[in-house]
Amino acid sequence: MRCARALVGLLLAAGLAGCGAIPRDPDGALERVRTEQVLRVGASASPERVVIEGDEVGGTEAVLVTGFARALDADIDWTLSGETELIAAMERGELDLIIGGLHADSPWADKVSLTRPYASSRDPEGETVTHVMAVPLGENALLVRLERYLDEVSP
Amino acid sequence: MSQPDTGEWLLGHTSLPREQQVMLTRARRLQVIGLAYLASCVVLVYLVMGSSQAMKVAWVEDLLSLVPPIAFLFAVHRARRPRSVSHPYGHHRAVGAGHLAAAVALLAVGLFLVYDSGSALLKAEHPSIGSVNILGHTVWSGWLMMGVMIYTGVGPVILGRLKLPLADGLHDKVLQADAEMNKADWMTAAAAIVGILGIGIGLWWADAVAALVISGSILKDGWDQVRGAFGGLLDSEARTVDDSEVHPVIDDILAAARSLAWVAQSGCRVRDQGHVLHVELFVVPVGESVTVERCAALVDALRALDWKLDDVVVVPVPELPVGVRTRPRGLEPES
Repeated sequence: MRCARALVGLLLAAGLAGCGAIPRDPDGALERVRTEQVLRVGASASPERVVIEGDEVGGTEAVLVTGFARALDADIDWTLSGETELIAAMERGELDLIIGGLHADSPWADKVSLTRPYASSRDPEGETVTHVMAVPLGENALLVRLERYLDEVSP
Repeated sequence: MSQPDTGEWLLGHTSLPREQQVMLTRARRLQVIGLAYLASCVVLVYLVMGSSQAMKVAWVEDLLSLVPPIAFLFAVHRARRPRSVSHPYGHHRAVGAGHLAAAVALLAVGLFLVYDSGSALLKAEHPSIGSVNILGHTVWSGWLMMGVMIYTGVGPVILGRLKLPLADGLHDKVLQADAEMNKADWMTAAAAIVGILGIGIGLWWADAVAALVISGSILKDGWDQVRGAFGGLLDSEARTVDDSEVHPVIDDILAAARSLAWVAQSGCRVRDQGHVLHVELFVVPVGESVTVERCAALVDALRALDWKLDDVVVVPVPELPVGVRTRPRGLEPES
């Protein structure tokens, strides 16, 4: 019990000391993007949202991510591949962000952290789908920073 | 309340003393308030839990902690039914059933806690806690979760403290198990706060470790309660409400029997029916001294010892049966 109390005290002290810096990333993703000024983005093609022509990446999600990188003073290092490949690369720690027309009910939710839905649209069957992006699992600072950006640009 | 001996104040056949009447009224009111509060916790935690391990555990734990108050209300309701030919001992055993249900729920909380946080650690799952948008502000969900955990943690501390003296006064083991559940409640809430704060400063394992740390104490309480409930159902010798020792009233029963000149030897078996105790006192009389009046007077003397002693039988026997307690504790064994 004394041990637990000490732990609480320690965490409280640490928490108060870095109040603005909560949450922090366990693996320091956001910190690394800021210091190295590179945002490693994986993109897989998805109609309208991610449009790949040659080496150029366009579409609504690509525009959003470009704006996010600018907000962090970082350049984008693109990796173009299929969704499964990109998720595996993110699990290996090779990517900071994935776009590809991901839906909120994506089956990848236990392998990566999905953002809150930032937009919704109707699929061909007329069902409403909500769109999300992915960051490495548990990198909560990067997740919250991205969500804040998406809140700002797409209210 | 002004008429103590109306049906309202009977537990089966046993009429409650005034002090116990007040306690029973308070306990029932406390449980109804507690249930309403718990229901609000279940909803709130569900709304903010996200994918935090500790929050999920706290939610399941809140759900399970609904069991003891419901078991208590059921048991008290049922135990009030009068004795009849089909239920000659009354319905007091409903307390035993409720106690077992409450105890299993408590043990389940402990087991779930170990399994859940243990597997999260083994798989090295990094919990993901994002943000929520409140009126245009992006706020880290962790702060909300901690706020809810403070809300769900404060209630059980108060409720548990209020329940313990009532459990003792009413000799109600369901209430006792419920108070232990309240302890588990506030401990998981505290662990969740520590865990989420830990995640906030980048320690992905803080959540699971905090849950594991408290699971040991909850497992022990759960195990003790299950053992106690089992013992009660197996007609083990009556113990105090917290199962810490043999019930002291047994010493009083034996002392009362031994003080009588016509009693050569005596032994009793006392079992806990739930709230009330069932007493069988075996006496070996001196010569031909036993009479119906003497036995009846002894029964009355025993019943006067404690309100819990209502169903009391005195049996004159040529020799004591096996397995009865013959000496009050603290008395030197006869050589």
